Amino acid sequence: MRYAMVIDTKKCVGCSDCVVACQTENNVPEGFCRDWITEVVSGSYPNLELELRSERCNHCEEAPCVRCCPTGASHVVEGGIVLVNASECIGCGACIASCPYDARFQHPDGHVDKCTFCHHRLKKGQLPACVSVCPTKCMYFGDLDDPNSEVSQLLKDRKYKTLAPEAGTKPHVFYLI
Amino acid sequence: MQEELFTSGRNIPNIDPYLDVWHWPIALYLFLGGLAAGILFFAALFYILGKDEVYPGAVKKATVIPPIALSVGLLALIYDLTHPLYAWQLYTTFRIESPMSWGAWVLLIVTPIAFLWTFSYYREAFGGIESKLKLFNKLKFLNTFEAWVIKNRMNMAYALIPLSLILGVYTGILLSAFNARPLWNNAILGPLFLVSGLSTGAAAIIIMSKSMKEKHLFGKIDLGLIIVELALIAHMIMGYYAGSQVQLEAVELLVGGEFTLIFFGVVVLLGLLLPAFLEVGEIMGIKIPVIIPALLVIIGGLVFRFVMVEAGQLTRYLY
Amino acid sequence: MPTSRRKFIKISALGLGGLAATGGAMNLMGMNPLLDAAVKENVARKLSRTPTYCEVCFWKCAGWVYTDEQQNITKILGNDDDPHCNGRLCPRGTGGIGMYTDEDRLKTPLIRSIVNGEETFREVSWEEALDLIASKFTEVREKYGPESFALLKHGSPGKHLEHLFKAYGSDTIAEPAYAQCRGPRETGFALTFGSWVGSPEPTDIRDTECLVLIGSHIGENMHNTQVQEMSDAIDRGATIITVDPRLSTAASKSDHWLPIKPGTDMALLLAWMHVLIYEDLYNKDYVEKYTTGFNKLKEHVRTCTPEWAYAITTIEPEVIRKTARAMAAAAPATIVHPGRHVTWYGDDAQRARAVAMLNGLLGSWGNRGGFYFKEGLKVPKYPHPEYPKPKWGWEAIGEKYPYAQMGITQELIKATIESEHNEHPIKAWMVAGTNLTQSLPQQEKTIEAINNLDFLVVVDTMPMDITGYADVVLPECTYLERYDGIRSAPNRNPSIAVRIPAVKPKYQSKPAWWISKQIGERLGLGAYFDYDDYEEVIEWQLKQLGTSLEEMKKIGVKNFERTSGPLYLKEDQDHEFFTSSGKVEFYSKDLKSKGFDPMPVYTPHPEPPEGYYRLNYGRSPVHTFSRTINNPNLSALKDENTLWVHPKVARIRGLQKTQEVWLKNQDGVVSDFPIKVRVTERIRWDSVYMYHGFGHANKKLSRAFGKGASDSQLITRTAVDPLMGGTGLRGNFVTILTEDPHKNSVI
Ligand SMILES: Nc1nc2c(c(=O)[nH]1)N[C@H]1C(S)=C(S)[C@@H](COP(=O)(O)OP(=O)(O)OC[C@H]3O[C@@H](n4cnc5c(=O)[nH]c(N)nc54)[C@H](O)[C@@H]3O)O[C@H]1N2
Ligand SMILES: Nc1nc2c(c(=O)[nH]1)N[C@H]1C(S)=C(S)[C@@H](COP(=O)(O)OP(=O)(O)OC[C@H]3O[C@@H](n4cnc5c(=O)[nH]c(N)nc54)[C@H](O)[C@@H]3O)O[C@H]1N2
Ligand code: SF4
Ligand code: SF4
Ligand code: SF4
Ligand code: SF4
Ligand code: SF4
Ligand SMILES: [Mo]
Repeated sequence: MRYAMVIDTKKCVGCSDCVVACQTENNVPEGFCRDWITEVVSGSYPNLELELRSERCNHCEEAPCVRCCPTGASHVVEGGIVLVNASECIGCGACIASCPYDARFQHPDGHVDKCTFCHHRLKKGQLPACVSVCPTKCMYFGDLDDPNSEVSQLLKDRKYKTLAPEAGTKPHVFYLI
Repeated sequence: MQEELFTSGRNIPNIDPYLDVWHWPIALYLFLGGLAAGILFFAALFYILGKDEVYPGAVKKATVIPPIALSVGLLALIYDLTHPLYAWQLYTTFRIESPMSWGAWVLLIVTPIAFLWTFSYYREAFGGIESKLKLFNKLKFLNTFEAWVIKNRMNMAYALIPLSLILGVYTGILLSAFNARPLWNNAILGPLFLVSGLSTGAAAIIIMSKSMKEKHLFGKIDLGLIIVELALIAHMIMGYYAGSQVQLEAVELLVGGEFTLIFFGVVVLLGLLLPAFLEVGEIMGIKIPVIIPALLVIIGGLVFRFVMVEAGQLTRYLY
Repeated sequence: MPTSRRKFIKISALGLGGLAATGGAMNLMGMNPLLDAAVKENVARKLSRTPTYCEVCFWKCAGWVYTDEQQNITKILGNDDDPHCNGRLCPRGTGGIGMYTDEDRLKTPLIRSIVNGEETFREVSWEEALDLIASKFTEVREKYGPESFALLKHGSPGKHLEHLFKAYGSDTIAEPAYAQCRGPRETGFALTFGSWVGSPEPTDIRDTECLVLIGSHIGENMHNTQVQEMSDAIDRGATIITVDPRLSTAASKSDHWLPIKPGTDMALLLAWMHVLIYEDLYNKDYVEKYTTGFNKLKEHVRTCTPEWAYAITTIEPEVIRKTARAMAAAAPATIVHPGRHVTWYGDDAQRARAVAMLNGLLGSWGNRGGFYFKEGLKVPKYPHPEYPKPKWGWEAIGEKYPYAQMGITQELIKATIESEHNEHPIKAWMVAGTNLTQSLPQQEKTIEAINNLDFLVVVDTMPMDITGYADVVLPECTYLERYDGIRSAPNRNPSIAVRIPAVKPKYQSKPAWWISKQIGERLGLGAYFDYDDYEEVIEWQLKQLGTSLEEMKKIGVKNFERTSGPLYLKEDQDHEFFTSSGKVEFYSKDLKSKGFDPMPVYTPHPEPPEGYYRLNYGRSPVHTFSRTINNPNLSALKDENTLWVHPKVARIRGLQKTQEVWLKNQDGVVSDFPIKVRVTERIRWDSVYMYHGFGHANKKLSRAFGKGASDSQLITRTAVDPLMGGTGLRGNFVTILTEDPHKNSVI
């Protein structure tokens, strides 16, 4: 089992619904967010490209945040999901500094917080909140180890990229381009 | 033109627009760790070489600094945690891949040894203080304890050589282990911080020492370390230039960016070149109070840690 | 001009303001522990759900409101069975929770009073507020007749208050969603196909093979089904053509982006028709069978060659030809989208007609992948006595515009300003669910009208700008706390949805149905409100529709079978269009007879003078107009708008990104608040762009006050549509000020 998220930038309209849904589903405190939208404009008028990306923790296979955590609070669970155990986290910030995606933040309670791939929902057989709400249905979630899963199929058929591959983290959020 | 922005209003405290999770306590902690490592290294080395009587500043006097430095450093580290009440979690496990964990454990081992070392020279080197406090009169068991510690000095010295080196290297590795921060992601940082730590240690010994001979020796040692350090810094900067785009952008902060003045002005010029120059002058017989280059080295070392901690957090891969 | 009798109350009201302000500050500092506690409970909490339909915009998506055991609303999710949302709300609907939790909400009724020589609002009981309002209703009826009391409304509260007004004898009703929004397209399509486009638009985007967007910025305009189906269309590889001077999100996803010079769309539309006709690409069967006036049209567009249009639109002739061919290749599964906010340049009904005619040539109206025949369910009227017949109303006021199908806000305003020497004197307003100072152009006129009123009552949920001008402010509870009418919108299949209160109204807020009933009873109109709770009305209506409140509480949405016939035109079947000729009218005799152009013609529109830029505006995907700017969930995503300027303009003007600037328009009006610069290639060098809805002037909106600039404030010039009275808003020009023009004055 290897969970992955595949996001189709050709369909994403950057509406931020995934961000609001995450906030209400996961009670993300005001002023913080576990996911966010990046807009990249390149070229010059009128020869322009616009890329919109919904970003979050990449649940990296080579997760530096897990490696550098001195207490084991940052850990990997089944399906390759990277989680933080709040009661083991001392708030040293090492994992935050180690993440090339700036996907983690200090929860006002002191511990570190970030996207969980909605682990609590997966356990109930539901999709992550952001995926389930996206009006353009541009987000896909599933098991990479299963060659027939939607995510595997999409990565087989379509061109894709990951963010900052040079950081060597092997992200598990993929962007169809 | 390429334009990149967050359209969902992301503005997370201490993360955006750039990282600000490590503050002055971390820089101070790294500096104090290096300083303590330096002093302990020289103390152990000269003790093993049997030069404790020739260089009492290094072996005896200056070793009052490491226990204080390490304690203050540890407090600073804990002070900068956002979940400090859980700090004990550091010692429920050892994570071999986590420099932070290494640091925590090395500190846990080095600090008591540093205390014991200082304690073993307490009556000898700080007789004046003891004659006022009269601790050994009040607490009788201290006498037997002292005897036991003194007996084990050689063992401690042998332990301290590797431990102090690990501690010194660790202060650099803590940063360089972060691939995500292009400025830190540089293998030179470990050796560089070690050398810098040794150099500040030597400088501290110069200040603590009363013997002119010892001052001169450590002046020379320091000079050598400064030269190595300068070479490492040059190497580090070349490394960035040879690196990826993000590293190029990172080094801009030091060269021609926000931190140029403080880095080249304070760290390199005032903290390395000037003291080296003065020490050379001293060797050539010009009368300069050695304490001046020593102080400059220490200040330079401190500022260096601040620059690296601060500037490193400004560098990122994306956005 | 009358003296400014009704001063806008900016300073905090007695009690309420202070309370709201400290509430806000405390929230910033101290709310986190509460939330944190919630985080830990999150997984453990037991949630129950109540059906609703969303009121954050007017797409009315049906959803479920989840509440925990402590009656906290935790989240709102879409209803899977709802054709408006298919289980997925848009960001505003998901963030609708903030409409409820916003601690700046109106909390009690307020009456304008003088305290210590200062005009302020006094918190009063409902009794006192309603008695005062009822006495004003009586006064106006006795002095001028009930027609002189006007209702300006939008959204669900409007329905209840409309009932009150009609019972009282006034049909003087208007909303900005007509003459500032979709009015012209309804006229244009009605004149061509004999049928409104209506809401939701019956665009068959789901099955289209070619979608043409003229300005319509779907993806930023988050009308849910449109966004969802456009995404499906992208997946299916449909051709998308977007005409927009700005690189809209939709444009960036299009196969063809036509970066048109603003204000010249008519030329492009005529040229497209030219290509279709003269390259023999139009849908001949359809045209022959269902349309009239083709030959006249052919002659009409003879000279409208792509080369002609190129000089006007700056779109290369080859691109015009290529896109026309793409449309024809996909026809009839081609949609030339009617747009929605189409009040642009004053010839909008005619432009909408050109769009409709283009669809006619392609044969898309009534065909799969074009426009389907929508069908809605008629919700039976809860029995009440007949309404009295008013002597005059919105129709008489808008007489000058023969094709107006609803009240024209700007005409009501005119009638208010000129009430002294006017056969339609308007003396009092009730404003409900519309923030007129932000949604109407010519703010000064709106304020002048307000100053001319004897009485203004505002029903709102928030202390929006408009409430600052009111004599009485009534706090409505939010849609999450109330019953409202059954939603029955026409779609592919008829469906209904209900709105059931998920929680009790916060503070002292009350639903609009209750307010209407209370006022009605005080006016002796109790017979029109023959129920204690609106639940009874819903229950009765649901029973008539063959379901029950009980069932609807469980399912939220009920879909019905079609009864009106097939979704599309059937081959070999005649179809009568509701035009006077029964055909799709390329040539309109009706227009001709009333002295208008029977076929659309291109007329140039004013261009920005030297040093000025065209003020372009549009939707932020995370906000609805001005209503959500203070919403805690949504302001977290976008708390201020920015001024998009082209890099060239930035260079010439020496502007840096995030620099604060002020705007001054052609009439010397300066924005109240600064706006930050965004330097971007997405906008042309002759225009600037900003999101609509920002720049709130009421300090009681703790998150929205002074954030960004208001486009509405700068829209002082309108081009009025001669057919239906729509106010074209896109003909305003601004210059950029880098020095604070208010430095020496107090706002
Ligand atoms: N400059 C400019 N003007 C425009 C537009 C533009 O793009 N630019 N767009 C035009 C268009 S397309 C339209 S449709 C109109 C829309 O114009 P409006 O409908 O006036 O839009 P809002 O500004 O959202 O005003 C809604 C008001 O209703 C209140 N409200 C929200 N929910 C409730 C409720 O449940 N009950 C009550 N009683 N009040 C509630 C809000 O607090 C707010 O004061 O604006 C038009 N005007
Ligand atoms: N998120 C969100 N969605 C909404 C709303 C909201 O408030 N928020 N409101 C809803 C309502 S009531 C309405 S009416 C709709 C409005 O949504 P639309 O009908 O899509 O609005 P428009 O104002 O027609 O389109 C704005 C676009 O027109 C472009 N434009 C400007 N000038 C010209 C021109 O001269 N020619 C052409 N071809 N394009 C031009 C602008 O660059 C911008 O991209 O949105 C609806 N959806
Ligand atoms: S909800 Fe979907 S379309 Fe909207 S920003 Fe997120 S990923 Fe993109
Ligand atoms: S994205 Fe960052 S936080 Fe997430 S697994 Fe990778 S390194 Fe860790
Ligand atoms: S902040 Fe917490 S999760 Fe992150 S490295 Fe430190 S202890 Fe681990
Ligand atoms: S997967 Fe869950 S936690 Fe992660 S961004 Fe999506 S909603 Fe948030
Ligand atoms: S489109 Fe969005 S805001 Fe409008 S009704 Fe639907 S969910 Fe609500
Ligand atoms: Mo609208």
